[in-house]
Amino acid sequence: MISSFIIAPLFILIFDRIFFSRSKLRNVIYWTSLVFFLAQMVMVIFPVERFMFCRVDNLSRVSLLSIGLVAFVTVLSSRQIMKDDSKRRIFISLVLIAVIGMNAVSTTRDLFSLYVFMEIASIASFVLIALNKERDAFEGAFKYVLFSAIATVFMLSAIGLILLISGGTSFNSIRDGLRISSHNFLIYFALGVFLSGLFIKGGVAPFHGWVMDAYTAAPASVSIFLAGIATKATGVYTLVRFADSVFLLTAPIKSVLLFVSAVSIIMAAIAAFMQDDMKRMLSYSSVSQVGYIIMGLGCGTPLGITGAMFHFFNHAVFKSLLFINSASLESRAGTRNMSVLSGMGKKMPVTALTSLIAGFSTAGVPPMAGFWSKLIIITALWLSGYRVYAFIAALASILTLGYILKMQRRVFWSRPADKDIQVKGAGFNLVFAETLLAAIIVSVGIFLPFWLRVR
Amino acid sequence: MTLETLIRFWPFFISVVMLFIIGLYCMLVTYNTIRVLIGIELLIKAATLLIIIAGYITNHLALTQSLVITMIVIEVIFITVAMGIVMGIFAHNKGSLDVRDTRNLKG
Amino acid sequence: MLLDIVILSLLILAALWTTMTRSLLRSAIGLASVSAALTIIMFRLRSPVAAVFELSVCSGFISVLFVTAISLTNPLTRSEIMERMKDRLNRFWYLPLIVAAAGLALSLMNVEIFLRLPPAEAERDVRNVLWNMRQLDLLGHIILLILGSFGVAVLFKKQRDK
Repeated sequence: MISSFIIAPLFILIFDRIFFSRSKLRNVIYWTSLVFFLAQMVMVIFPVERFMFCRVDNLSRVSLLSIGLVAFVTVLSSRQIMKDDSKRRIFISLVLIAVIGMNAVSTTRDLFSLYVFMEIASIASFVLIALNKERDAFEGAFKYVLFSAIATVFMLSAIGLILLISGGTSFNSIRDGLRISSHNFLIYFALGVFLSGLFIKGGVAPFHGWVMDAYTAAPASVSIFLAGIATKATGVYTLVRFADSVFLLTAPIKSVLLFVSAVSIIMAAIAAFMQDDMKRMLSYSSVSQVGYIIMGLGCGTPLGITGAMFHFFNHAVFKSLLFINSASLESRAGTRNMSVLSGMGKKMPVTALTSLIAGFSTAGVPPMAGFWSKLIIITALWLSGYRVYAFIAALASILTLGYILKMQRRVFWSRPADKDIQVKGAGFNLVFAETLLAAIIVSVGIFLPFWLRVR
Repeated sequence: MTLETLIRFWPFFISVVMLFIIGLYCMLVTYNTIRVLIGIELLIKAATLLIIIAGYITNHLALTQSLVITMIVIEVIFITVAMGIVMGIFAHNKGSLDVRDTRNLKG
Repeated sequence: MLLDIVILSLLILAALWTTMTRSLLRSAIGLASVSAALTIIMFRLRSPVAAVFELSVCSGFISVLFVTAISLTNPLTRSEIMERMKDRLNRFWYLPLIVAAAGLALSLMNVEIFLRLPPAEAERDVRNVLWNMRQLDLLGHIILLILGSFGVAVLFKKQRDK
């Protein structure tokens, strides 16, 4: 389905390249892309099919909304973080291409087109990681290339095997084909291969090796975008979409999903404790939170999938906020090493407060939005009989709270060290992006129960 | 799938599996970054062969051919960008393509 | 049938040579010959259009890309290669054994897979399918080409010295 979510950014990109390449007009793409991302959010919240040229269901709407929000915030804050005008122009163009890929993944109903656009988003991410042309960035990008290539090949071979069973690549024909010849060795093999490809793309525990290096080595603006949405809207969203509309979640697949997610939640949360680099800690936290999304999916009930998608949105909000905070620390205080930073709370009050809010949302402390999604996931697990996993999910929340508070204490609350760190003034865009995301977290957390009662 | 068609196509499936093994071995065992890309190429070739065979067996040749054409375009762009990254690694490592000289990030 | 088996074994041999040979240049040439063998198989499996793409793009363009990259990176001198390749033989001589064992095991295996194949489609042209049914993929081609040009512009540009 060719929708305006794909066409509009393409036109912005092409027109900018053709007409606005003079140095005075370098910021045209900045404003137009901001307007587009705002329009995407508005279009998704109030669905007007006349402007979208396609039908979207609620799953796609959550994904499109998160993509629009994170891309908006990324581009907005890049004005402060990325000083070089021409580099920022290339950055925004690549973000637009990645957004095209993710929007198409969110709206398509065809397995092969999904693969094509997932690959577009990944290749745009490679270039984005290597944008600054630093040594570590190249290494992180190369690791991402390796894992992504293996995932690609897995998904392609799964498509080849599925073509033997179904006559086409659209979701409907695949579902019919699977239903006709179910409980076949070949089908389970194909699904397993496809699932492991998606696990690699989404960065789930046994295959999470590339996540930390790619996120840590990427430039600051890029890691907001990558960690906030890029790998989730391709890998994790596709997993949910596939479970929802292609194969019914059978018992073996459920147990695999639950086990993998439990491993990734616990392991990444423990590893996050031992990190000194703030971005690396946040990437481990990202792996752990993706585990929650998959755990919600793994219990297979509609309530669980609702919780998973709600946590998907929440994760996009609080993780991009945390990465914006680390970018703000890096650009204003000059470092993001947590053993050097100390006593930043008085110098950067907005950053300290918003990162506390985002951290509480990550850990699931009551008034924040993350609390509700974790509550839904744990309730769904409990109701469908997976009590052990519900216990693991609840326990890992405490671990999460632990490392978040440790970060807060080291960076913001501790007494300033003898060697004073000079802090540059905050720009309007950074403060605006931080407060916007924090306001979303708090208001969703507070108003959600009322909103649910009204409906 | 009747037994006859299976016997007819069994050599093709065997060679797909063999290509997979060769490609994975090439990717995982070597230390040279360009050779890693060659391993990725071999893996993609195996997947291409599998899709072509699937199209032939199920007689959906038009569909699978159009899929393979799209795949080839993706493969070219993928390899070009990956090659750019390899050249960047080369430029930053004092002219070495060895992965062992590259490991800087840990974790 | 016999011809198919001969071409397939040529393909596997070319892939083995690609992996095992010492020189990177020969490796790239081996990759091109794997592509060429694959082209013949595709042609024999009644997929001529895709075969043409495989021959021109994979066997042509990608080999050119690899050869360019290899010659730009000034490979090590011969003695250095020998130094580094000493442990190479130890790591690589398992590969033909593994491949041969896998092939033998699979060919002796008595697999019974009962699949109900999907109904065959009506005789259609590739061009029709590509232009009428897979328009999103064609749009993807355009975006991929733009993305590739951005990637080349970012990655291959020389860094300005400040």
